[in-house]
Amino acid sequence: MADFLLELRCEEIPARMQPKAKEDLARLFTDALAKAGLTAETVEAFATPRRLALIAKGLPLATEAVSEETKGPKVGAPPQALEGFLRKVGLAADQLVERDGAYFAVVEKPGRATADVLAETIPAVVRTFPWPKSMRWGAGSITTESLRWVRPLSGIIALLDGAVVPCEVDGIVSGRTTMGHRFHHSGPVEIADAGAYVETLRAAHVIVHFSERCALIREGAARAAAEAGLTLVADEGLVIENAGLTEWPVPLLGSFDEAFLDVPPEVIQLTARVNQKYFVCEDSAGKLANAFVCTANIEPRDASVVVDGNRKVLAARLSDARFFWEQDQKTPLAVHAEKLSRITFHEKLGTVADKVERVAKLARWLCEENIVVPAKAGTALAQSAKSKTIPASAGMTNEQLADLAEQAARLAKADLVTEMVGEFPELQGLMGGYYAAKEGLPQEVAEAIRDHYKPVGQGDDVPTAPVTVAVSLADKLDTLVGFFVIDEKPTGSKDPFALRRAALGNLASIQQNGLRLSLFKCFDFAAKLIVDQNPQIKSRLAELGEASFGIAASENMPLSKNYADQVAFEIEQIGIELLAFFADRLKVQQREAGVRHDLIDAVFALGGEDDLVRLLARVHALQAFVGTEDGTNLLAGYKRAANILKKEGYEGPTGTPDPQVLASLKQGNDTIPDTGEEDPLAMVDDPDVGDILAAEARGNAELSYTPEPAEKALIDALDAAAPRAAAAVEAEQFADAMAALATLRAPIDRFFEEVTVNAEEAHKRAARLALLARFRDAVHRVADFSRIEG
Amino acid sequence: MSAQPLFTPPPRSLARDPARSFQDMILTLHDFWSAEAGCVILQPYDMRMGAGTFHTATTLRALGPEPWNAAFVQPCRRPTDGRYGENPNRLQHYYQYQVILKPSPSDIQELYLKSLAAIGIDPLAHDIRFVEDDWESPTLGAWGLGWEVWCDGMEVTQFTYFQQMGGFDCKPVAGELTYGLERLAMYIQGVDNVYDLAFNSAGVTYGEVFLENERQMSKWNFEVANTDALFDLFAKAEAECRNALSAGVPIAAYEQAVEASHVFNLLQARGVISVQERASYMGRVRDLARSSCEAYAEKMAPEWQAKYPGWSLV
Repeated sequence: MADFLLELRCEEIPARMQPKAKEDLARLFTDALAKAGLTAETVEAFATPRRLALIAKGLPLATEAVSEETKGPKVGAPPQALEGFLRKVGLAADQLVERDGAYFAVVEKPGRATADVLAETIPAVVRTFPWPKSMRWGAGSITTESLRWVRPLSGIIALLDGAVVPCEVDGIVSGRTTMGHRFHHSGPVEIADAGAYVETLRAAHVIVHFSERCALIREGAARAAAEAGLTLVADEGLVIENAGLTEWPVPLLGSFDEAFLDVPPEVIQLTARVNQKYFVCEDSAGKLANAFVCTANIEPRDASVVVDGNRKVLAARLSDARFFWEQDQKTPLAVHAEKLSRITFHEKLGTVADKVERVAKLARWLCEENIVVPAKAGTALAQSAKSKTIPASAGMTNEQLADLAEQAARLAKADLVTEMVGEFPELQGLMGGYYAAKEGLPQEVAEAIRDHYKPVGQGDDVPTAPVTVAVSLADKLDTLVGFFVIDEKPTGSKDPFALRRAALGNLASIQQNGLRLSLFKCFDFAAKLIVDQNPQIKSRLAELGEASFGIAASENMPLSKNYADQVAFEIEQIGIELLAFFADRLKVQQREAGVRHDLIDAVFALGGEDDLVRLLARVHALQAFVGTEDGTNLLAGYKRAANILKKEGYEGPTGTPDPQVLASLKQGNDTIPDTGEEDPLAMVDDPDVGDILAAEARGNAELSYTPEPAEKALIDALDAAAPRAAAAVEAEQFADAMAALATLRAPIDRFFEEVTVNAEEAHKRAARLALLARFRDAVHRVADFSRIEG
Repeated sequence: MSAQPLFTPPPRSLARDPARSFQDMILTLHDFWSAEAGCVILQPYDMRMGAGTFHTATTLRALGPEPWNAAFVQPCRRPTDGRYGENPNRLQHYYQYQVILKPSPSDIQELYLKSLAAIGIDPLAHDIRFVEDDWESPTLGAWGLGWEVWCDGMEVTQFTYFQQMGGFDCKPVAGELTYGLERLAMYIQGVDNVYDLAFNSAGVTYGEVFLENERQMSKWNFEVANTDALFDLFAKAEAECRNALSAGVPIAAYEQAVEASHVFNLLQARGVISVQERASYMGRVRDLARSSCEAYAEKMAPEWQAKYPGWSLV
């Protein structure tokens, strides 16, 4: 067994590439050796700014000898066949072995020295190394065929049990010589063997373990802060970055002029972090302190010289930041906002000012429609969906809320043209919030400006303040609808406008705040704002609508007068697409919460459901129900009934939302759709309609023969359960709806056991099929059980 | 800790005091690169430009197979960086020190560090770091990999291995060093305001040389320059570039591209180019610069191939 050391020394490797390069080296090397039949007991890789290295311990000294047997022609085959075989294997006829009536060639392959295998492997690994970016250099680069590496490669150490493994890559010959720290060690460093590598380099002021350098920085920086009575603001990203910038890390504490603390702490931290890779510190009260920790790559003769230099650089940066901070405040946000008309949001969707105009109207509308209500936004959840009452505790009228939401929306993007956000784009929102507060705008407005981008990703805070919720929702809705309108939808892995994130953000906000809204109505309103603003989009939609119209008409689709406006037709199509897009995001999001996607489908498939709060409540109840024995059996009964009906050509309930239903949803309930999709008892509260529907339901049950007991039991059960389930659905008491369905489980089981559906008498058969259809439809009103798996 | 000096500064002649004189720092760099790398010491290009990289000794000479070592100071004009002489760190006119070494020597980093030692930066007293910074100039169809060099956290040099120029692979690769002279001098001299720099050892400050210039030029850049005339200049430079290209004199064409680029920067400072127009203007400048580089490379290619058999432009 032998130990092997490989070091690839080069000019400074970008810090961000080192962690992966380390892994790549270990993987490529292990794979290449495995191909040659060699396995090391352990493989460890190292990375510093100036070297990638690897130590493989417990390598065999040679690969094992193998005997390869090749089957040749049959004994007695034509001589040409035998000659061909001999040529192929490179043996003479008397070297062949005869067995089972055929010739075999046995070639003994002796084991290869591991050193030889390594000598081949090293150049191959170097030449195929997957750097994210690589370059050519030096005299050799007169052709583009020359070696590529992340930065010029200057030396290779390859030692197997202390002996040099001779190899060469593009003129660089392997040896045992390396360089120590760039400044703390002069002259070459000789490495005796793999075991001596780490310590020999340590003596030359190089810490080769990445993790050891990380620990030195993490602990050293914390200690430096603690010694000054401060607490380091931990930042693992910075630890790793500084470990990639140093071979001998020395964290040093410095301070900056206290006057800079007037600048928001986020700005100071970002300036220190992004530009200078410094840590920042907090005082005992958790307030940002006027101190920083930089990580030097030397033990300086006089630390104060290095610290002072770094302090000056930070001071220059902070005075730039303070200049921006003060300069930006000289102009009110409303004036900044005027400049947004110079910034293109998207070439087809106009300027940012255009977007702001739409978002402002949309945010106002969300409040006026009671989708976002004053006080704690979640309060609406406890109320009935139809309730228009305002929580008394709010102390703000809907109109006031709408005014604030519109005001915040009009100013929300103004910070994009400020100097500070120009310098640090990641401070968008936050700076606007600060400037709004400085300007003395209402706190709700400042908060909404600050937080309206939220939630930015999973785990990010979801806004709950009503003004913020309205602006955040409106901003993302406008983005989503806008890009769908101009047909820039995400495809596969491509989502350049982060629409999936926007949809997830809206989903989170709707759920967390219990917002009751019809997504279709929102899509429709947002789309109309875009169309009204942009004649080009309008005419394009009209053209598309006309084309769709033609197709629809040719398929004899019934087109009501509502579709006369081709633009409206297209907007509805976009709404349908967007709802499906939201449904997909919802499934992804809910999967993590353990909600089955098929159950979401089962509720979405009912069509017309675009209230996510209600939808999820229904899905949750459904999931609880299908998990019970009653649920499982009812599902089996439903599937059996549906199959029979399908076989008999009974029209099944359609799964996708019907445009007419959607249209009626949009227009409120002034028309009664007659698609069979809608819940006929949806209006049982209305005394005029309730009686008619109840009579209809009874009428369906009247038979011309005496039903069998099991048949009668199912009829009775349906008579009782169907209205109960429907009423429960209407009242959003989904658990009750499921309980009503559960009462059908025994009767449907019994029905299938005792009653022949396929009766000889046509009228009985028809009646029983109708009964099954009633059963199916009753179940279907709660959820499309055909979508449920299992 | 053993703290032996890694580099011994060259003996100082009587006239050189780079730690206390801006011009001595420049002269020391000239001496250094002339002696250590056989550089030709050029004078600044006599045109207004935004960066030393625009000097033909860098862009055009980075093309082709011939070795080329040069060093020079290039005054840089950044109209939008003007602060009327009121900001201690920002100038609309400042100096870059450029070194171009083709092919890049294997000890280029060591040479560079020695040059820092020569102007008084001891690497055991100051924290010198090579921090990833890739360079790309769409205007020149050029890119390279390298670093910004930090001295105690301050970027003092841009260090680039040119990989492509004018859309052509560099064969061979040139190493380019760009020192920010004022900030380096501020560091070495220990002053916080650029105008307080000692320009020479005879008591003349940087402010005495340039402060009034900064005030007037900032005003002109931001407030005075006749924008109609600038638009006209841009159009004329563009037309003249095309004229030179069609006449087969790409160096002259390149000069007009540099001119157009600067006029565009002035228009930017005057705030008369909208966001939408901006992309279009940049595209036009890019077009001129690339066309000129391409035409130069193509014009020179036969000569290069004759000298370096087997070499090809693409």
